[in-house]
Amino acid sequence: MSIMSLILSALSQGMIYAPMALGVFIAFRVLNTPDLTIDGSFVLGMCVCAVVTIAGYPYLGILCGAAAGALAGLVTGLMQTRLGVNAILSGILTMTGLYTVNFMILGGQSNLYLQRAAVNAQGAQTQVACDTMYKDFRQLLVSLTGNRRLDNNLSALIVTGLIVLLAAAALCVFFRTRTGMAIRATGDNEEMVRSSSINADRMRIIGIMLANALVALSGALLCEQQRYADLTFGSGMLVVGLASVIMGQVFFGQRSVTLGIISAVVGSLVYRLILQAAYKVDMPSYAVKLLSAAIVLLALTLPRLKRALAERRAEREA
Amino acid sequence: MSELKLTNLRKTFEKGTVNAKVALDHLSLTVPAGDFITVLGSNGAGKSTLFNAILGKFRLDGGQVVLGGRDLTRLRDYRRALNIGCLYQDPLRGTAPHMTLEENLALAYTRKAKKSFFAVNRRDTAYFRDLLRTLRLGLEDRMKTQMGQLSGGQRQAASLLMATVAEPELLLLDEHTAALDPETAAKVLDLTRSIVAERRLTCLMITHQMQAALRMGNRTIMMNKGRIVLDVSGDERDRMTVDDLTRRFRQQSGQALDNDRMMLEPV
Repeated sequence: MSIMSLILSALSQGMIYAPMALGVFIAFRVLNTPDLTIDGSFVLGMCVCAVVTIAGYPYLGILCGAAAGALAGLVTGLMQTRLGVNAILSGILTMTGLYTVNFMILGGQSNLYLQRAAVNAQGAQTQVACDTMYKDFRQLLVSLTGNRRLDNNLSALIVTGLIVLLAAAALCVFFRTRTGMAIRATGDNEEMVRSSSINADRMRIIGIMLANALVALSGALLCEQQRYADLTFGSGMLVVGLASVIMGQVFFGQRSVTLGIISAVVGSLVYRLILQAAYKVDMPSYAVKLLSAAIVLLALTLPRLKRALAERRAEREA
Repeated sequence: MSELKLTNLRKTFEKGTVNAKVALDHLSLTVPAGDFITVLGSNGAGKSTLFNAILGKFRLDGGQVVLGGRDLTRLRDYRRALNIGCLYQDPLRGTAPHMTLEENLALAYTRKAKKSFFAVNRRDTAYFRDLLRTLRLGLEDRMKTQMGQLSGGQRQAASLLMATVAEPELLLLDEHTAALDPETAAKVLDLTRSIVAERRLTCLMITHQMQAALRMGNRTIMMNKGRIVLDVSGDERDRMTVDDLTRRFRQQSGQALDNDRMMLEPV
C-alpha cells in the first residue's frame, strides 16, 4: 500500500471513531462524569445497525443504532439521578447488562455479517452482501467522477466526514442554547444549576443520552463500513475515546466547548494516524490497547511530572 | 416581594442514633413582605439548617414553608429556586468557574427570561451589562471572562447579581461576606443593601458580625438550639448595642455566646 492510501485508511477510520470521541468528550469533559456505559453502547449501536441493515434499511439502521445508544444512556442516567447509584458503577452496570442485550440482538451469536440469503442465477442458495450507506455513496461518487477504481477509504472518509461535520456543527449550536448551556453548567457546578431553578438531573440525563447516542453512532458507522458487527468490539473503546480527546487538547487546549468539539474530532484522526504509523513499523495489532492505555496514562500524568520536575529544579537552584 | 411564613419546622439529623441532633425545634417565623431580617446565633444553632429547610435541601420531619401564599413544603429544591435567590459564604458555590460571567448570568436568568434560542443573546446581554455597571467594579467590560478568573470579591458581587437577576420573592444570604477581606466585604454589604432596597426584596441574612446585624435590615433574630430565642425590631432594636444583644442572648438561652466566632469589630 502506498503512503497515501495508508493515510486515507487511517483518516477514514479516525472519522468513523470521531463521534465516539465527541461522546467521550461530552461525558468526561462537559458533564465531568466518568461514564463507562460507552464500551457497551458502542457495540449496541453496531448490533442494532447490523440487524436493521440486514433487514434492508441501511440508513434507518444508522439512526436506530444511535437511538439505541441514547436509550442505553437513559438507563445509566436514571440510575445516577433517580436511584442515586454512583456514576462509575451505574455505567458498569449498564455496560454489563448490555452484553446480554447485544448478544440477543445478534440472535444469540457473537458476530454477524451484513449479508442476506439470496438465490443466484443457477438457482442455488447463496449469501449476498447487504446494501450499506458506504456502498451507495461509493457508487454515487463513481458515477459522478467516472473513476471506477476510486479508493474505498476516500469515499468512506468523505461521507463519514459529512456526517461528523453535521453532528459537530449541531453540537456547537446546541451547547449555546439554554438547554445546552445548562448541561455544561451541570458539569461545572451542579448546585448552581439547581439554585437557578433548573432541573439538573434532567440536564445530566440529556447529556448522558447525547454522549451515548454519539458513541453508538460510531458503532453503527463502523458496522456498515466493515460489514459486520462483533460483540467484543467495545472493550477498551472508552480508553480509545479518551486518548483521542486528550490528544486533541494538545492542539487546541480546552478553553471553550466549540474548541473542545473540534479537538475531539481532530484527536480521533490524529490517534488513528499514530496507530497506522505504529502498524507500519510492525506493531502487532493486539498491542493497540496497551498503546492507548499508555497514551492516556502519559497525558494524565504529564502535568504532575512537569510540576515535580520544576520543583526539583527550583530546589537545586535554591 | 412576598411574605414568608414558616410554621413549626422540625428537623433532627441522624434520628435514632447516638449522634441524633435537633437542628430545628418547632421553629415558627413570619417574615412580612419587604422585611430584611438579620440572623445571629452561635455555631450549630441551626441558622444554615433553617435556610436549607426553606430551600428544600432536605425533607423536614414536620412543619410548613409558605412563600407568597404558596405552600413549598413538598416542592423539590430546584422548583423552589424559581422564586428564591441564595448566596453562600463561599463565592465558588454559586458560580460555574469554567463558564463566562455572561453565561453565568444567562443561566441564572433562565428561570425568568423570555424565550430565546441562544442562551446568550443581545437583549439579555444589554440588560446584564446595565446591571453589572451598577456594581461599579468594571465587570461590565469583562463579560467574556471565565468566572474562575475573577477575584473572590468580584465573584461574590456577581453571585449577588445572579441571585437577584431573576427577581426572586425571597433572598437568603448565608454569611455571604465572611470569606472576603474587610474592604471588599463592606463593599458587597453596601451592594446588598442597595439591591435589597431597590428591588424591595424580602430578605434573610445570616451574619456573625453583631454590629452589622444591628445596623442592616429592620429586624434581628437570634437562634439557639434550633429555636428563635430573640426577635427584636423597631425602636427597641434601634437603641440596642452589641452589649445589650449579648446580655439578652444570655438571659434568653441561659448560656454565653461563643465570642471567638462573634466578631465585635464595627463594619
